[in-house]
Amino acid sequence: MRTRTRISRRLAALAAVAALGTGLLAGCAADGKDPGGGSSAQGGGGGAKTTLTVGVFGAFGLKEAGLYDAYMKLHPDIEIKQTSIERNENYYPQLLTHLGSGSGLADIQAVEVSNIAEVTATQSGKLEDLSKVSGVNKDDFLPWKWAEATTKDSKTVGLGTDIGPTGICYRKDLFAKAGLPTDREAVGKLWAGDWNKYLAVGRQYKAKAPAGAAFVDSASGVLNSITGSSATRYYDADGKVVYKSNPAVKQAWDTATAFAADGLTAKLQQFQPTWDQGFANASFATVSCPAWMLGYIQDKAGAAGKDQWDVAAAPKPSNWGGSFLTVPSASQHKAEAAKLAAWLTAPAQQAVLFEKRGSFPSAKAAYGLPAVAGAKHAYFGNAPIGQIFAQAAEGTPVQFLGPKDQIIQQNLTDIGMLQVEQKGKSPQQGWDAAVKAIDNALDQ
Amino acid sequence: MASDTTAAVPSPSPGQEGTAPARARGEERRSRRYRRDVRWSPYAFITPFFVFFAAFGLFPLLYTGWASLHQVELTSPNDMTWVGLRNFSRLLSDDFFWNALRNTFTIGVLSTVPQLLIALGIAHLLNYRLRASMFFRVAVLTPYATSVAAATLVFVLLFGRDYGMVNWALGLVGFDHVDWQNGGWSSQLAVSTIVVWRWTGYNALIYLAAMQAVPADLYESAALDGASRWQQFVHVTIPSLRPTILFTAVVSTIGATQLFGEPLLFNGAAGATGGSDHQFQTLGLYLYEQGWVNLHLGRASAIAWAMFLILLLIGAVNWLVSHKLRKGMTS
Repeated sequence: MRTRTRISRRLAALAAVAALGTGLLAGCAADGKDPGGGSSAQGGGGGAKTTLTVGVFGAFGLKEAGLYDAYMKLHPDIEIKQTSIERNENYYPQLLTHLGSGSGLADIQAVEVSNIAEVTATQSGKLEDLSKVSGVNKDDFLPWKWAEATTKDSKTVGLGTDIGPTGICYRKDLFAKAGLPTDREAVGKLWAGDWNKYLAVGRQYKAKAPAGAAFVDSASGVLNSITGSSATRYYDADGKVVYKSNPAVKQAWDTATAFAADGLTAKLQQFQPTWDQGFANASFATVSCPAWMLGYIQDKAGAAGKDQWDVAAAPKPSNWGGSFLTVPSASQHKAEAAKLAAWLTAPAQQAVLFEKRGSFPSAKAAYGLPAVAGAKHAYFGNAPIGQIFAQAAEGTPVQFLGPKDQIIQQNLTDIGMLQVEQKGKSPQQGWDAAVKAIDNALDQ
Repeated sequence: MASDTTAAVPSPSPGQEGTAPARARGEERRSRRYRRDVRWSPYAFITPFFVFFAAFGLFPLLYTGWASLHQVELTSPNDMTWVGLRNFSRLLSDDFFWNALRNTFTIGVLSTVPQLLIALGIAHLLNYRLRASMFFRVAVLTPYATSVAAATLVFVLLFGRDYGMVNWALGLVGFDHVDWQNGGWSSQLAVSTIVVWRWTGYNALIYLAAMQAVPADLYESAALDGASRWQQFVHVTIPSLRPTILFTAVVSTIGATQLFGEPLLFNGAAGATGGSDHQFQTLGLYLYEQGWVNLHLGRASAIAWAMFLILLLIGAVNWLVSHKLRKGMTS
């Protein structure tokens, strides 16, 4: 008995080790297969196909909008495969390690706008220059979008896909109850040109607001859109960190903390479940909404919010979000990949992506196309979103992004602003806490 | 065998004289091979583990140690600048590190202590003769089989400030809403709850296994002496379980030191900060933040090694305690 159990225990241990081992091996194999490999075999057509891989994060939309299928129809010798990692904060470090080792890369890699400055500054040697690829036309793109992925020596490492021109989404029913106009033109005029007017409208709203419905979702959202509307933000033109001394940031901080101090916010943290519940329960009247957020609002506010939500122009043109496509030099099919990237970001395809997925084009040449110019959003009271967001996109200043833009931004909102808004700290205390965290993060 | 030896021994014919030693030699060779087999093949069987351990355990450990002595950024991992012990020395004056260490400790205590006590109680109950005992035994293990991510996301909803069920229940009995995510103690308590929920059943089963090894006569004689169920639990069960309790305490402590998934997801969209005031940022989260958000691999490596040293310290304390215990039991 005793020996038998011992033997079986040994066997079990051995089996466990073997299982672990094969698991690891399988992991390696799957990892190594991805990048350039796999030609032919899959294609029923017989001819050798080139397989291009596209690495993206989240539901990027290229595949869902049918763009890959369209390209494969145009180019029967090309097969496109996509690998997706749900969250950018997992995707991006992996992309960096793969670029560092020169392996495990897809032929096309997407990069989020908050990372593009760092990629452009530190990885340009490992990425292809896409500016001279046939089909790429610099003048098609918004100048600030083009500048974001271009190095000082004029190498363009990323082609812009979508952007996030920002409007203010608001609830008509709550506005009406507070005695404010509900027409989107009139609402836009209430605060046109000045973020402090937005604050003033908030105070006006609060005076007569229905109980349980704050003016804005979060002070961080306000901070985001204000800083997104100024030319210099956290870095100056020479690439120096200036957020501590930049008056634009100071002003944005003061305005946003005023929202918190006056009790105009619902004290929510964006993209948390509680924020979603806030949409569902109509617990705030306005939110700074980039074009890509409309679908999100529709999802979370649900059928009950239909015809209640509308979208007006923001006080100042601002941008939040957007992405780029890059081609790593380690790709085995650089030329084909660059061609695909150029095609995917051409105005016509960006218009399709907008029509199918609501990602707003970064190619201003697309704004005249009927799919964009005539776009209306049924859920938002048939708002002419094509025109509203195109105006915001073209008015957005060329902003100097720095490598650590995202970290500065995130600490300002998730540390500093949250402490003021949710923990009742003073604006100065919140600012100091954010600065301390940023200093710690930036110091190597 | 018998016939063979009788045939061979009485008449050693000259012709066979050379073969006998040869056969002996052959036998000797065979037995030597056998002995060699017995002696060395176990090593061959266990090499896969050590090969994998060296590749995926030891090498990363040593490389992390090497990296912790350098300034390295994830944007160019091959660019290493030697900085000696600077990454470690700066940890000593790093408020965020000490804050994370303190949080790890308090969350560890808040989760480990109730977890083991509840597990002990559950195991005691399961040890009774029960109808459908198998069902209950499997049922206590289900939280352990749930993924951290799924469980945590549900708990985030339960602990929601405005529409969470916990606050709703507290409201029913007349308490104010608690801001679970932003409070200091409250957020740590919430995170600990997730840990307790997930691991209690697992520990209960370990205790149950140990309880079933306690000889039944001990209970019988205790019962004869007039000991109640509770007295039996305190004077028979607990002392017999002492080594097991120590084992689970050590394992849970190690788990608590490495706590990562629950606090990370408890703050979903905000990432690794562990709340706006870093109020529930554990060492694991701080390591992740330094390495994968701020991209400072050298500093992250130093934190990893600091955690390793802390675990060694815990191991040493455990050794001392169990040593004392064993002495106490024999004397």
